[in-house]
Amino acid sequence: MSAITHFFEVFTGSYDLFLKGLWLTFELSAASLLIAFVIGLFFAILKISNIKVLQWIADAYIWVVRGTPLIVQIFVLYYGLAEIFLIPMFWAGAAGLAFHSGAYIAEIIRGAIQSIDKGQREAGRTLGMTSGLTMRRIILPQAFRRAVPSLGNQFIIGIKDSSLVSFIGMQELFGVASTMGSNNFDYLPYYLTVAIYYLFIVLILTLLVNMLEKKLAQSD
Amino acid sequence: MSEKQEMIRVEKLNKSFGKLHVLRDIDLTVKESDVVVLIGASGSGKSTLLRCLNFLEMKNSGIITIEGEQIEESTHNLNKVRERVGMVFQHFNLFPHKTVIGNVIEAPTQVKGMKKEQAIKEGKEMLDKVGLGDKYNVYPSTLSGGQKQRVAIARALAMKPDVMLFDEPTSALDPELVGEVLSTIKELADEGMTMVVVTHEMGFAREVGDWVFYMHDGKIVEYGPPNELFDNPKEERTQAFLSSIL
Repeated sequence: MSAITHFFEVFTGSYDLFLKGLWLTFELSAASLLIAFVIGLFFAILKISNIKVLQWIADAYIWVVRGTPLIVQIFVLYYGLAEIFLIPMFWAGAAGLAFHSGAYIAEIIRGAIQSIDKGQREAGRTLGMTSGLTMRRIILPQAFRRAVPSLGNQFIIGIKDSSLVSFIGMQELFGVASTMGSNNFDYLPYYLTVAIYYLFIVLILTLLVNMLEKKLAQSD
Repeated sequence: MSEKQEMIRVEKLNKSFGKLHVLRDIDLTVKESDVVVLIGASGSGKSTLLRCLNFLEMKNSGIITIEGEQIEESTHNLNKVRERVGMVFQHFNLFPHKTVIGNVIEAPTQVKGMKKEQAIKEGKEMLDKVGLGDKYNVYPSTLSGGQKQRVAIARALAMKPDVMLFDEPTSALDPELVGEVLSTIKELADEGMTMVVVTHEMGFAREVGDWVFYMHDGKIVEYGPPNELFDNPKEERTQAFLSSIL
């Protein structure tokens, strides 16, 4: 009984700090996922290009990301970027997260592009469109629609993964929870609180993705 | 005959997919306003021949001349060539994320740089021509197969091509929808459009075709005006093919 009231006291009493952390998580996720999307699109196009060297570059990138833990990537990029090149911590963290998500997004987009019927490309080409124009106007719009569920899923993973940048000292949601937990020698209520914040974010995002899917399905 | 311009001339065309030799020494000439129909069993190379004519497939050897200009993939801008050679596919290949008019104006606006208002005006005329003027604002998924194919024809016509290629345009259609598409193609032929049509519709070949080419195993076995080829085939293989389908 007292444990539960204690948790509610922590939950309601700590909102100002958690909201700050939430805002940082939001900024980090938005920045990193936007960059990751650009990286992902870039490497997806390298992978489907007919040029072997470009394919190898994309394969190497995806191999490195898949083959190392995210926390290692974050530390390497942090110590590499923030300490040597004096890039602000926020951008070092965002870069680490983007570098990671980018590989998965690249594979999602590549799969979606390759799932579009080849007749679509042929129709564009026989109308006199260049391959670049066909990709931009015909293939990618359809591929993105098809990728929405997987991209939404990857974005959710990306938001949860952003908690790892607390290990380079960023006070985003999880950072706030660990700091307050250890300052008060009282861990569980803060970690439970942060879990509720994450659940809330993911719930909102899931609903948004579902709405988008429904909206896109109408035109198909 | 002789004063008509040669729109397409194919000489000694060969095409292989790996070890599979699909086209063997094909010679073919299509003159202005001619309707050339390619017939033959599945796998005889008709579609591949058609696809070589607008460079969706690249020949291994031979000469392809379009409107007097010998086209080589290494030296020519194939996109420019394709603007003049329209194509209609068996499976329509409409752009599902665009409305009917969006499909029709895509290439004129994006490739030719036509103003959108002008493209829409001309696009609606094209759609009227194929009998779908009232459908311009719907998405392709709401149309029947026959309507889809007629939109695909309007889309190709919107580029004002000099030649139209039809790759089995009615093979994916329910039987009751074949007629509307064939009559659209026939109207085009009557207006003098030069076209090459791959089809299994022998009635159409006989009625609309100026020349019928019978292909077997990657070769042109026999060709002639439809009456001659259908009524008095000279080659045994042509006779066998015709008796198997009629």
